Amino acid sequence: MGWGLIVMEALILTIIATSIPLLLAATGELITEKSGVLNLGVEGMMLSGAVGAFAAVLWLGNPYYGIIAGAFCGALMASIFSIFIINFMTNQVATGLGLTIFATGLTGLAGAPLIGKTIPSLPKIEIFLLSDIPYIGEILFKQDFIAYLSIAIIIFITYFLKYSKPGIVLRAVGDNHQSAHSVGYPVKKIRWYATCFGGLCAGVGGAYIPLALTPHWAEEMTGGRGWIALALVVFASWIPWRIIIGALIFGGITIAQLVGQSRGWPIPSQLLSMMPYLATIFALTIISGRLSKNNSVVPSSLGKPFFDNQ
Amino acid sequence: MAIKKEPEILLKASNINKSFGNFVANKDINISIAKGEIHALLGENGAGKSTLVKIFYGVLKPDTGTIAINDNEVSISSPNSARKNGIGMVFQHFSLFPALTVAENILIALDTKIKFKDLISEISRLSKEWELFVDPLKRVSELSVGEQQRVEIIRCLMQNPKLLIMDEPTSVLTPQEISNLFKILKRLASSGCSILYISHKLEEIIELADQVTILKSGVSIATIDAKKTNTKFLAETMVGKEITDLKKTKSISDNRDTALELKGLNKNKETDFGISLKNINLKVNYGEIVGVAGIAGNGQVELMEILSGETLCEKDDQILLENKPVGFKNITERRQLGIETIPEERTLHATVPNLTIAENTFLTYFFKYPKANDIISNLFNNPHNSKIESEKIIKDNDVRCPETNPLANQLSGGNLQKFILGRSLANNPKVAIFSQPTWGVDIGAATSIRQKLLNLSNSGKAVILISQDLEEIFELSDKICVINNGALSKILPVAQITAEDVGLLMGGKLKTSDKLETT
Amino acid sequence: MITFTPRDKVSKNWTIIAPILSIFLTIFFGLLIFTFLGYNPLETLYQIFLSPFSRIDRISDIFVKACPLIIVGIGLMLCFRANVWNIGAEGQFIMGTLLAGSFALLFPNVETKFFIFIMIIIGFIGGALWAFIPAILKTKLNVNEILVSLMLVYVAMLFIDFMVRGPLRDPMSFGFPLSKPYSQGALINKIPFPGIGYLGQLHYGILFIILLIPISWLFVNKTLSGFKINVLGAAPKAAQFAGFKQNTITITVLLISGGLAGVAGVIEVSANIGQLQPEVSFGYGFTAIIVAFLGRLSPIGILFAGIMIATVKLGADNAQISMGIPKVVTGLFEGILLFFLLTGETIQKYKIKWVGV
Repeated sequence: MGWGLIVMEALILTIIATSIPLLLAATGELITEKSGVLNLGVEGMMLSGAVGAFAAVLWLGNPYYGIIAGAFCGALMASIFSIFIINFMTNQVATGLGLTIFATGLTGLAGAPLIGKTIPSLPKIEIFLLSDIPYIGEILFKQDFIAYLSIAIIIFITYFLKYSKPGIVLRAVGDNHQSAHSVGYPVKKIRWYATCFGGLCAGVGGAYIPLALTPHWAEEMTGGRGWIALALVVFASWIPWRIIIGALIFGGITIAQLVGQSRGWPIPSQLLSMMPYLATIFALTIISGRLSKNNSVVPSSLGKPFFDNQ
Repeated sequence: MAIKKEPEILLKASNINKSFGNFVANKDINISIAKGEIHALLGENGAGKSTLVKIFYGVLKPDTGTIAINDNEVSISSPNSARKNGIGMVFQHFSLFPALTVAENILIALDTKIKFKDLISEISRLSKEWELFVDPLKRVSELSVGEQQRVEIIRCLMQNPKLLIMDEPTSVLTPQEISNLFKILKRLASSGCSILYISHKLEEIIELADQVTILKSGVSIATIDAKKTNTKFLAETMVGKEITDLKKTKSISDNRDTALELKGLNKNKETDFGISLKNINLKVNYGEIVGVAGIAGNGQVELMEILSGETLCEKDDQILLENKPVGFKNITERRQLGIETIPEERTLHATVPNLTIAENTFLTYFFKYPKANDIISNLFNNPHNSKIESEKIIKDNDVRCPETNPLANQLSGGNLQKFILGRSLANNPKVAIFSQPTWGVDIGAATSIRQKLLNLSNSGKAVILISQDLEEIFELSDKICVINNGALSKILPVAQITAEDVGLLMGGKLKTSDKLETT
Repeated sequence: MITFTPRDKVSKNWTIIAPILSIFLTIFFGLLIFTFLGYNPLETLYQIFLSPFSRIDRISDIFVKACPLIIVGIGLMLCFRANVWNIGAEGQFIMGTLLAGSFALLFPNVETKFFIFIMIIIGFIGGALWAFIPAILKTKLNVNEILVSLMLVYVAMLFIDFMVRGPLRDPMSFGFPLSKPYSQGALINKIPFPGIGYLGQLHYGILFIILLIPISWLFVNKTLSGFKINVLGAAPKAAQFAGFKQNTITITVLLISGGLAGVAGVIEVSANIGQLQPEVSFGYGFTAIIVAFLGRLSPIGILFAGIMIATVKLGADNAQISMGIPKVVTGLFEGILLFFLLTGETIQKYKIKWVGV
């Protein structure tokens, strides 16, 4: 292999790594939104996952505990959100914002003693023989656990939504919660599960940042990834596999600007750093124009509180 | 037909009570449904019919009372347990999921496991057996309302129900579809399945039912043999007083000036769920009521929006008021020119529920103030100034309010509709356009609203009445046309068209040109 | 099990009780979390909620801190009333400041105080322009304003960082990312009180609030435009039926709120900093969202809410110094407070009962 190829391979590996937190968080949010809940607290749940994972690894030493801790913290935040928006029927937009603000404060407080410490990264798992395939082996079959997990989740979600009965029920709840109630499904309970699953995924996505990208804790270290994940769901038009494409594009843009900065491109670094955010706006604009015509892909009860008059 | 000898009781409900807050929906209701019987439940809107059947189907829990099936007391805690007890239900507004396919919609209400392949073949079998044709792989959002109802019925039939509850099933059907439905229901009953049929349409009940239970304000006031009664008796028992007939004094002359005219109006749909309007031609003269019949979702909403000016035409001369183009005029300008619209949705469209009646008056009234849009008068023309107007509307239209200047959501449906009507008429329009004006209001209010429409045309105004209620269309209109899939049929005088033709037109089964052109 | 029954009418009592109860519940739960994380709850309580009242100059600093929050909050009030979710006030704040600041730096020797008024207008324009992006995207292409306005916060932060490290950097700043100081005319002075001198940082910018509160009160309660905004937020189709132009209203509220955020930035920087630096906002744009809600989307409510939240912000500063608690913890209280306030809104509409299963 020539140097060019090695660099190329390294580049692709970093792009994948960068896109994984987005991928997980967006997938979780997709399930949440399919049930009719709009959770704007993704950023907050990712932050919680990140701080939980960091602390767990610091205390317990094993990076795998970080995954569990991240999932738990994300789901915990999602359940706080659920209490308010599902049981107390509060405005989902405002509550989601509140959750992010709350989590920013909470993680800042909880993370204060963690600043300046380092944790070990998640080990790469080589898949026997497959990882030796030239060119693609290292990229596809020498990844860490979360990377494999996130692909598994996407495959599972695709199957789940399309073919399984619980998946159909989930879509039904997001499509028309009143009908789902009339047919006899516990709308609130299903939304609870979907929201918590979303939180769990966001938590693991957040955990990936200290576990694989930068092994330190910093306040607000998610840097807006939660918001980009929200945009990715729109970008993917609520179709799971499209999230992979979207996440890789954003991963690519993020890495491109980092490469640009390190190579000393004649563009100021701050302007390069704007790229992912501008790209998000650009992508939203393209997709939203199409969606406003073809609105059948948007879950019809998205953002609407459900009230069951007993 | 039910067997007269020894009616075997399938379902017996005793002393059912249910209230929501201070509102008593069901009070000590007793009802027995025999096997193979078609039992009608009759009552006005708000009489408690839907609440009662939702209790039977486990959607609501009764406060007190018992339900027995085949003499065994059962607890129906959820729709699932209702289905286990052999009860199926077709909801008034359906319980379908537009984004899902027919098969998925049916699967979702099945409590047993089934392979997708078997499901499809089972659906095909049932739809053949009962002549309920629908494509199992189509999305429900692509189906007509009649087809959607078929999906609901098939969904119930999948469970082999002992009791089928149907909540106002005919309000969305054409006469032909209604007679098909009745055939199916009678066949079902003769095969031993009981049917609880909810309606406020009297002729239907006489035609279909064996027994009829009448509810009024949450109380069951009588159960009578439907074969031994007449509509007048049913109506008066249901309302509790004599019903006044509409006064139709009309001098029909052919020489009238054209008020409003739509010429070759086209409008593409804005979203996937919308309907495109196709080459609409419609003319209404002063002193005339033109009825637009049609099943919901065939472009009525779009037609209403383009008539009101909420959306504008593509060409200015697609709508003419007294031969002057108004297609580019917005809703406020059209109001000023004398076109008033009363939309179908009373809350959130015609009124804002959590604003006061005075503020709601201001909504369609503010343009009357001089220069309402400049900053200085802006300061002094605030919504609260329209109290005087709103009080006049309330008084003139007999709107019953719980307090002075209440919020719009404190008014009952009928009273709110009277207010909305009065508010529009206070602007003294030349042309008044109504969409489903009596939908969901009680008979008293409906009669008074219909009388207002008649009076309006008698006083020389032009009226367009868009309604799903064929009875209402025939009762009030001078001319009738039908909207189907965004296209409007030829307008014909009411004497030249039968309800059956209208039904065929509504279902898109007949082109006006086929037959009616020559009449 | 908890059951909800809709009330016939919004409960007036709860309208008053809910915010007060929310505040107490927030303090309770906040302190619970602090205790759980090993901080002394009583000391935290004192530092965050009481220490800002301990001296007269500290009290006047509350008003200084509340100033930008209230101005931004009033703008957001209009958006939220119209159901337009502008959560990018932080970015509009920055861009307004940057535009006005760049203008000020063009005139290094202006003495006249009249200059500040021009800056306020330019700040308004800068903020409004930044808000115009989500406004136009929302109304023309149906793009979600939440995400766009938020993404633009990050862009604005990076942009001001670039400007003060690059084109606007003062060559005499010894490598610090700072612009040249503003001229005298571009500064807002502290208010001298006869016999006392200055009260903390209390400055003339406060006058803007004294003007803004009654004007905005008149606007939302007594004008047709205010009415239009309310109707649009409560029932968009009814607004359409009334002939109110939805897009015009949406764009207007976004422009005004963006503009006010820009003005808040100008006042904040001209009164307290006097030059441009990478960080000019300290999260005012986000905190103002809480202020708008806590103030129940009414101008007078926002006045009090701004003062309250400013107290907590200052308290958190004190707590950082004395207890080493990171400043971001204010978010903790803000988040919980928002949760309870929103729950309060539900309780106004529904009766809640505990029913044994």
